Amino acid sequence: MTTTVRLEVFRYRPEEDAEPLYQNYEVPFRKDWVILDALNYIKDNVDGTLSYRWSCRMGVCGSCGMMVNGKPVLTCATFLEKFLPGPIRVEPLANFPVVRDLVIEMNDFMRKLQIIKPWIIREQEKPLAEGEYLQTPAQLAEYKQYSMCINCMICYAACPVYGLEPTFIGPAAIALAQRYNLDSRDQGKTERHRVLSQEEGIWACTLVEECSAVCPKDVDPAGAIQRYKVTGATEWWKSILMPWSNR
Amino acid sequence: MEETVNRNPLYTKYHPKWYRARIPIFWWVHKVPHIRFIARELTSVAVALYACILLFQISAVADGPEAYLRFLAWLKTPFSVLLHAVAFLFVLFHSITWFNLAPKALVVSLGNKPVPPAAIVALNYAAWVILSLGISWILLK
Amino acid sequence: MADYEIHEHDVLIIGAGGAGLRAAIAVAETNPELRISVLSKVYPMRSHTVSAEGGAAAAIKSNDSLDHHAYDTISGGDWLCDQDAVEAFVKEAPPEMIQLEHWGCPWSRQADGSVAVRPFGGMKIERTWFAADKTGFHMLHALFQTSLKYDQIRRYDEFFVTKLLVDDGRCQGAVAIELATGKMFTITAKAVIICTGGCGRVFPFTTNANIKNGDGMALSYRAGVPLKDMEFVQYHPTGLPFTGILITEAARSEGGYLLNKDGYRYLQDYNLGTPQPKPVLRTMELGPRDRLSQAFVKEQQKGRTLQGQYGDYIYLDIRHLGEKVINSKLPFVRELCLKYENIDPIKEMIPVRPVVHYMMGGVHTDIQGATPLKGLYAAGEVACVSINGANRLGSNSLTELLVFGARAGKAAAQFASSVNGRSKAAEALTADEIGRLENRFLRKTGGKERIAIIRKEMHQAMEEGAGIYRNEDFLKKSEGILRNLQERFSNISLDDSSYTFNTELIAAIELSYMLDIAETIIQSALKRTESRGSHQRTDFPNRDDQNFLTHSLAYREEKGLPRIEYHPVSITRWPPGERVYG
Repeated sequence: MTTTVRLEVFRYRPEEDAEPLYQNYEVPFRKDWVILDALNYIKDNVDGTLSYRWSCRMGVCGSCGMMVNGKPVLTCATFLEKFLPGPIRVEPLANFPVVRDLVIEMNDFMRKLQIIKPWIIREQEKPLAEGEYLQTPAQLAEYKQYSMCINCMICYAACPVYGLEPTFIGPAAIALAQRYNLDSRDQGKTERHRVLSQEEGIWACTLVEECSAVCPKDVDPAGAIQRYKVTGATEWWKSILMPWSNR
Repeated sequence: MEETVNRNPLYTKYHPKWYRARIPIFWWVHKVPHIRFIARELTSVAVALYACILLFQISAVADGPEAYLRFLAWLKTPFSVLLHAVAFLFVLFHSITWFNLAPKALVVSLGNKPVPPAAIVALNYAAWVILSLGISWILLK
Repeated sequence: MADYEIHEHDVLIIGAGGAGLRAAIAVAETNPELRISVLSKVYPMRSHTVSAEGGAAAAIKSNDSLDHHAYDTISGGDWLCDQDAVEAFVKEAPPEMIQLEHWGCPWSRQADGSVAVRPFGGMKIERTWFAADKTGFHMLHALFQTSLKYDQIRRYDEFFVTKLLVDDGRCQGAVAIELATGKMFTITAKAVIICTGGCGRVFPFTTNANIKNGDGMALSYRAGVPLKDMEFVQYHPTGLPFTGILITEAARSEGGYLLNKDGYRYLQDYNLGTPQPKPVLRTMELGPRDRLSQAFVKEQQKGRTLQGQYGDYIYLDIRHLGEKVINSKLPFVRELCLKYENIDPIKEMIPVRPVVHYMMGGVHTDIQGATPLKGLYAAGEVACVSINGANRLGSNSLTELLVFGARAGKAAAQFASSVNGRSKAAEALTADEIGRLENRFLRKTGGKERIAIIRKEMHQAMEEGAGIYRNEDFLKKSEGILRNLQERFSNISLDDSSYTFNTELIAAIELSYMLDIAETIIQSALKRTESRGSHQRTDFPNRDDQNFLTHSLAYREEKGLPRIEYHPVSITRWPPGERVYG
């Protein structure tokens, strides 16, 4: 009967060490504990200097993404039991600079979310007094999947293109752009196209498809990107053959 | 007040240095999906090779019947046969992965019902087979 | 290199959840010239609004009316709601919700394309808008993404406020730690809006995320602003044991049953109606939350609940709804059960128990969102206007974020546009704060207490003293324990004395906020010798409108326990009556 399990945790303390190192901790094993519970145990009882992000503990805020035994996962949704007998290696999310211990620098991601203009763009806004825009369940279903992204960045950790070329806009940002492009209330396709059709946009994607494989919310960003490649190519042909139409 | 003991001389107060891991050149050998991906990318070499052979063939035809006969003789050499066999496998892999990915890019609806992905894949394969049969019939006639 | 930075803005918003983001947009639209700063200890999409599941109420359907919504809210709040605030709330709810729809929120729809509504506990008519069972998630992302449109909003992500800057009788900004570097920043502003959410983490079992520590409540309290109605803590009747994860009320509104260990729908024993095959509004499983939580405790006393590793529980049964309904209307519920308790609700019953969910009490504000401290505003769960009174109805709080976020934003924008002059005290205050943090936490030696231990003991004290049923003895006992914990807190030692992303330091300051809040909860509960809504005293089991149809206000005393005063409830059109369900 397993009573404890060992965690090998990546540590980086920029004020003390020039290089990272791994630290071993022995934590109690409980059937219903997830990796995050183990980290909280360490922080509360063993070593208060371990820094990591977490908040909701139910897979919806997107804070707790980390590499566990080399795979990017949400640590609040990953049971210790899966990795017995251990040891379990916990590292910060790949492809991002590390600020401290398991905390990565994510402002590049935040910037990319913003440049694809993730808001409803319309020629004319309907006055509030006229009520809601009508949108049938079928129209909602068109983009619903892409609206489920919790911004956990696990897809960026799995994407080799992002790892090799950090200028790539990335899976989640493009899926978010598609979420708005396919929303029947939005009219901003052309504006977003300028950003998406750049070299760092959809064309940097070489369809490794790891992003969709690891997404904890089944957003399928790879699908969003490939669909947009068809749209992007069509738009390009249209601009060559019918330059007068810029809709 | 006392300062903490900073053992890292590179640290300036309030300016921590981020750690950036280096990506090794053989980053792709550790995971099967990555190996498959690189293999698929390498199929482009086989495709380029076919294109080159075709160009040589056209050049041989332009140079006259002797040049063409020399080209045909080269095609029959064991080296060429091996090359073609390997290239064929790569191109086959390329085509299969390409067709299987088609539904990701082409999301089509007939009226209100979405066309199932399997149908799109099947249509692609069907078109491939029909075109191949058609071309081979023209060539073998 | 300076040890701190001072930034000037016109409006500072602390907290970037639903209320904070809505307020920011409201400020930008009221006066586009204002420079707005939105500061949060987490990135905005991590705010706790994201976890809300069930829905947001607004009366738009033809069979509904504003008066009905108002009456349901006021009676649900056991007549402690300020009726002028409720009237304004129900009136502004529909346009705010439609505005959010225009901003892209993916509300679930009826076949004709109009917004769908579903029944919710305590509401007599269906009026809860929903986005599958992830309403809060979609609302937060819609608000966050829309806020990116406005260039005048500057965000300070992962900055933790440690003190409000009060000078000249006005709130003029705040001092905060930049988590990534440990550097102190002071943001000066002409108006400050606090939107930091509730304080569920004061209790051991809660649906609330790790970040809900009552930061804004404590900051305002320490700046002299009273906290109103702190004794009213809402328990959600259905949370998973151990993790406290919320199983949304929607599971009951779609038709789930609550069963005790004998498989019996026990709510019928508690004046909540009779069991029907389909859910009937305001009866049985769709009764108000406080009555359901109280029924659980009574069952527990009768020994009819099940005993588990993490406490007692009962079962929520949705198997009879069928796979199709569960997968379309409650997919998140199924996902949560599978992922966190390894249970498939299509085939098995879900173990649930009451868990702390929402704080009706909070920073005292008027119906514009203004606190008694000039220049300081508050909106959302952190504030107490009060529209929720003694018990909040499900699906009112998401709407509250929009209505009062917008109100506070407009009021703050108007105030900021009308005043001049900036505080000269910013530098001195910042230097002071740096000194305080260094001395008390980072450079302190010889301390003996671990923050995790103090936190655990606080949890125990709150669970025993301020649970679903309270009495004088237990409240007094907890009062003593908390006083002692406050003293022991001054003797803590931190393992981490670094500057870069020091989350232990943040946790310590959050604990100090929670201890202050805990004391206000206990004091307010002690002084209210009646039972009303979610505050139930076994030694005073009846409602006492004579003496207690009034709000409690907790003021900070320099030394000793918080001082409790009272503030009248505003009654306009609905005289207090009996709360009748079933």
